[in-house]
Amino acid sequence: MALQQSGNASYLPFESELQEHDRKIHELEELSRANKMDFSEELRVLRERRGDIVRRTYANLSPWERIQVSRHERRPQARDYLDMIFTDFMELSGDRMFADDMAIVTGLARLGDERVMFVGQHKGRNVRERHLTNAGSPHPEGYRKAMLKMRLAERFGLPVVCLIDTKGAFPGTGAEERGQAAAIAENLRDMSVLRVPVVAAVIGEGGSGGALGIGIGDRLLMMEYAYYSVISPEGCAAILWKSAANAPEAAAALKLTAGDLSEMKIIDEVVKEPAGGAHQDTKAAAEMLKAALLRNLAEIKDQPIDRLLEERYARLRRHGVWLEGAQAGMGAAAGGAGK
Amino acid sequence: MAFGGLKRLALRNKKILPDGVFMKCEGCGAMIVMKETEERGGVCKECNHHFRINARRRIELTLDPGSFQEFFADLQSCDPLKFSGKKPYADRLKDSQSRSGLPEAAVTGLGKIEERELAFGVTDFFFMGGSMGSVVGEKLTRLCELALERRLPCAVVCGSGGGARMDEGMYSLMQMAKTSAAIARLREASLPYIVVLTNSSYGGTMASWASLGDVILAEPRAMLGFTGPRVIKETLKVDLPPGFQEAEFMLRHGLIDMIVPRGKLRETLSRLLVYLTPARAGK
Repeated sequence: MALQQSGNASYLPFESELQEHDRKIHELEELSRANKMDFSEELRVLRERRGDIVRRTYANLSPWERIQVSRHERRPQARDYLDMIFTDFMELSGDRMFADDMAIVTGLARLGDERVMFVGQHKGRNVRERHLTNAGSPHPEGYRKAMLKMRLAERFGLPVVCLIDTKGAFPGTGAEERGQAAAIAENLRDMSVLRVPVVAAVIGEGGSGGALGIGIGDRLLMMEYAYYSVISPEGCAAILWKSAANAPEAAAALKLTAGDLSEMKIIDEVVKEPAGGAHQDTKAAAEMLKAALLRNLAEIKDQPIDRLLEERYARLRRHGVWLEGAQAGMGAAAGGAGK
Repeated sequence: MAFGGLKRLALRNKKILPDGVFMKCEGCGAMIVMKETEERGGVCKECNHHFRINARRRIELTLDPGSFQEFFADLQSCDPLKFSGKKPYADRLKDSQSRSGLPEAAVTGLGKIEERELAFGVTDFFFMGGSMGSVVGEKLTRLCELALERRLPCAVVCGSGGGARMDEGMYSLMQMAKTSAAIARLREASLPYIVVLTNSSYGGTMASWASLGDVILAEPRAMLGFTGPRVIKETLKVDLPPGFQEAEFMLRHGLIDMIVPRGKLRETLSRLLVYLTPARAGK
């Protein structure tokens, strides 16, 4: 993604007006400092107008532009939310079989008054972190580590909170040798019957099976500018149009935004973000996410577990749209959920 | 379809003799007699190459003659996203239906192997690469639920090289969750679930029901994995070792139980079912 650098901020291609405006503010601040002149009134007006520009720019983003926001290099990641939302975090490492996959962070933490097991995909905020996490693409050992910690949570009655943010499971020879497909499949199976409440939230990128691998539970939330898709728009474009340049069209066709998926009843709730996305005000974004996680957890945590598991199955069971019986012949209304 | 998918392969092969009597083996390049190969279940007599066969032929070769009773045959895909690439999804569905003679990529029902009843499903590579949309996911989920209800073993043959079908977007991805949850219930009820992996099986199907077998069998040299070899090669810019992701590679890495030639599949399933008897489970 082409990020344009200006000062210490990064701008997305559709943010040119904002970038120009920020440049003006910056220049005026410099001028004021250098000449010891008071431009506070002018600066106040400019800063007010900045808010309008942000709101206007973000009012009508295309799916492809939203994806760029979800991938913004300053967008808060799992470890940021861990710092801002959770307290008393004790990281637990390793899958006891092969390695400790840093692409998935797991550990004990407090969310408000709740003791929970935290499971989060972390892409990495700098080159060093991204090297350690493979930019947030987990290997089989990452999925197995997550499941091992969830099983621990099950034994001690701790609810599980999963934060999803990955381009996808790692596509490599080692990952294949160690059973990438099986590792994800086993998580889907075992999370569907895990005997503690599970709340999952897509905080950035929901890259296909790699995201789903820690995404089965009683509630699925999605932040406003996150996406969740069966295939990356680039991958989809490469198949359909033989060119990743058609990714914007693919992004629109795949119906992968929080709004689309809410309408399709794939997700339960869209978590609002501050104007202009979580990266504009990470603290506010964290508060919004925290409130949504706590509210959803409160709804399910005291339910008898057998009833919760029945509901979990019913929630997974209803996904899909098809024609059946007489409908199929007539091509009439669709069966299943979502329509 | 009498040709079990071989005819189309033969026609696609430009070196085929015009009368359709011979075909060139994809495995060894030998000219082989089509009818004879078909009678051998789509296996080359020269090199043991396993051609892809369609769902109907698989059922014929695996189950007791005439024992298969299809369930959920009236489920049909629709086009919930109004998805269109080069060609609209709705049109591609129609094409696949008329070409394969199947309403969808999965065929499910009840059948018998050596008089032993079981729930049996097949995904057909010739229908959109055997990819999983809402209908494939729903049929396999219902198959598991049928097995659960009647306390029967369940066996599924996977020919889903296409993974989760992108034309149905997130509905397809959620089929992975749905089918896996149904298999979890089979497991809790101690009913056996057996998977047979065939060429080729990848992506979202492998990352759900196709990898969850209590016993996992595979056909010789079937290409199996999560990410396809081309994508791995392009992403990592590496050359892949010979035999990478073939069934033998999967066996060596401990990811499957055994490799079973097509001619031995029926017998192998039958022997497994003698051991993995639902009635004895948990005792």
